[in-house]
Amino acid sequence: MISLNGIQITFNPRTALEKTALNNVSLTIPEGQFVTVIGSNGAGKSTLLNVLSGEIRSDFGTVKIGDLDVTPWNTARRAKLVARVFQNPLMGSCADLTIEENLALAAKRGMPRMMKSALNKSFRSYCQTQLASLGLGLETRLGDRMGLLSGGQRQAVSLLMCTLASNQILLLDEHTAALDPKTAEYVMKLTDRMVRDRKLTTLMVTHSMKQALVWGDRTIMLHEGQIIFDLSGEARSKLTVSDLLQQFEQLQGNQVSDDALLLG
Amino acid sequence: MNIVAFSGALELGFLYGLVALGVYLSFRVLDFPDLTVDGSFPLGAAVGAALIIKGIPPLIATGLAAGAGAIAGLCTATLNVKFKILNLLASILTMIALYSINLRIMGRPNLPLLNQPTVFQPINNFMQSWPEPIPTFGNTILLATIALITKLILDWFLQSEIGLAMRATGANPAMARSQGISTSAMVMLGMAIANGLAAFAGALFAQLNGGADVGMGIGTIIFGLAAVIGGETLFSRLSIVQATIGAIVGSILYRIVIAIALQADVLGIQSQDLNLVTAVLVTIALVLPNKLRIKH
Repeated sequence: MISLNGIQITFNPRTALEKTALNNVSLTIPEGQFVTVIGSNGAGKSTLLNVLSGEIRSDFGTVKIGDLDVTPWNTARRAKLVARVFQNPLMGSCADLTIEENLALAAKRGMPRMMKSALNKSFRSYCQTQLASLGLGLETRLGDRMGLLSGGQRQAVSLLMCTLASNQILLLDEHTAALDPKTAEYVMKLTDRMVRDRKLTTLMVTHSMKQALVWGDRTIMLHEGQIIFDLSGEARSKLTVSDLLQQFEQLQGNQVSDDALLLG
Repeated sequence: MNIVAFSGALELGFLYGLVALGVYLSFRVLDFPDLTVDGSFPLGAAVGAALIIKGIPPLIATGLAAGAGAIAGLCTATLNVKFKILNLLASILTMIALYSINLRIMGRPNLPLLNQPTVFQPINNFMQSWPEPIPTFGNTILLATIALITKLILDWFLQSEIGLAMRATGANPAMARSQGISTSAMVMLGMAIANGLAAFAGALFAQLNGGADVGMGIGTIIFGLAAVIGGETLFSRLSIVQATIGAIVGSILYRIVIAIALQADVLGIQSQDLNLVTAVLVTIALVLPNKLRIKH
């Protein structure tokens, strides 16, 4: 479960560049729910994920994951609860390390690391079965440098890396945006399978409205640092991409002057 | 080149190979341009020499010298990760501070080790009666053994769980943090090891050359970097094992090139030109691989 309470974040406070990234955001996501997040550029989507991962600390408000108040925790400490896939496929792994070394790093996420060899025979065979499940033929390339893989392959491995250690929540930051449509579809299906198999509480930021509605159980829309739209269940299943687009255009055209209009 | 000059070049090559392993750790693994070694190398020499003169056994004195270097590395790392001072600047601050500290430790600008025991004595005594040229290479054999053992330990460390975490810290800090790695702790540890190695080499240097001198650290970082980059040009794609052996081989090649350059009067190069020659060599080593790659 995730609960955000009264999260307030202002970048460059008391300067000309002052920007409120999140304005008194409260959000509760029950365990196992898959939430998609949409919103225009600068709406606060990435900030929302960064607040959960610990990369950005909120000025006010509390962050709870499960029963734990993690507000003062840094990214490294939260790693035992949080797994994340970045938008840029190059960000989620180390290019100069081999595939198996990257997997070994991820297998110890949030756990104490020791002065013992990171790789051994049984871990290698474990890697092979895991990589085989991706269906990309990577199981024969354990010793290849990560940098030799394509963006889609790297993103698939990044996803796999999220599942090697236990975690409670999964954060996906437009993780298919840098991929071609076919690969994006593959990665999305893989994501859905992993989320369902492991019953992960998931937050997925996306630019694609279709993706936002097709996948997951609930959709929220951010605008200027606030959640202006939160749909799940039947109301969500009735919603079409054109409905969403209309919402977007309204926001772009005449700034939200009347909240009731949008929420009604 | 005569045999004495050759063994001298090998001695310095293996000795600075230790510095090169440290520089590989800071520059390459952690991506931390660390000039502290210019201070921690003479720090090791000063601590080692001062302790030996006080009657401490050379082996223990050398170990304590390495420890002093590790503390210097921790200072630089702390300035960087805790106080957010730019890495290069943090290392320069420690380096400058060490100059005064080294003078304090020695009590004067240089500290000769005349007729004092050294770690090299046992092996030299042991080999004394052996046929020439083996005794000439006594120091070389000891230094080569030390450098190779250090390389093997470093190889193993960099493939351990902590070593992987350290490599991730240098290669992709955001990813490292998201995997639960405390990047600050990794920088601290890596810098302590790197400067510990430099000080260890400094202590050995003082015992090899008969004393410590406050100015002996100048250019240490460049010698180390020359070795690392030189080693990298030997291998196209670097694994850890190749990079560390490359650093040592690079260091030896560098010393041999310098020895030849100094002896081959043709260019008129003299010992005072050493740093200029080094700068030119490092520049060539940095530029040449890129030029060659473009042509391919």
